[in-house]
Amino acid sequence: MPIVAVVGDVFKALADPTRRTILDELTDRNGQTLFEICARLSNKHGLASSRQAISQHLDVLEAAGLVQTRREGRYKFHYIDTAPLEPIVERWLSRRGRT
Amino acid sequence: MRITITSVLVDNQAKAEKFYTEVLGFVKRHDIALGGEARWLTVVSPEDEGGTELLLEPSGHPAVKPFKDALVADGIPFTQFSVDDVQAEYERLRGLGVRFTQEPTDMGNVTTAVFDDTCGNLIQIIHQKS
Repeated sequence: MPIVAVVGDVFKALADPTRRTILDELTDRNGQTLFEICARLSNKHGLASSRQAISQHLDVLEAAGLVQTRREGRYKFHYIDTAPLEPIVERWLSRRGRT
Repeated sequence: MRITITSVLVDNQAKAEKFYTEVLGFVKRHDIALGGEARWLTVVSPEDEGGTELLLEPSGHPAVKPFKDALVADGIPFTQFSVDDVQAEYERLRGLGVRFTQEPTDMGNVTTAVFDDTCGNLIQIIHQKS
């Protein structure tokens, strides 16, 4: 069941606090370069991860569909995509049994 | 030992001269023909004309382009200038058609923004809070 695999990827991606912080910062302003994401994590959150480590976190988020990258001219920007979260809402929050 | 000159590698010196003086507002300090098309071309800040010169260095060496392209793709500014008000400078430069890859952002101790110098570089402007 591919759907299950995708939801699994989403949970795995969200399980890491640095990746959740990246999504927080992309919610603050959508469309950021790798440099801006690294600067925000380091300056605002005291996260001293290397650029390579942040890049790998972004790869995990992108594989889960939570982040999309777009090249605009010579620059590459990262965007949050909340679409993969919708099945989670559908599955448990929207169909909650009556108590 | 003192730091009197720092450099940016520019794709085109004539274009860089225009951008760094007419758009950014720096003042030309030295312009010496070096033979061929290359010039020893430096600018200084009008707020500190005896201060550190910025050398607009041609990026002719084959290693330069892949280096600059890789930095720009990841949004990395290799050079930074200090300003009193990042937001005001952002609005002034945007009004002159400058492309920003990072709008003014409060980073805690500092406010920063990043723009494209049209000569193959990203530049960060920064204001340090007291």
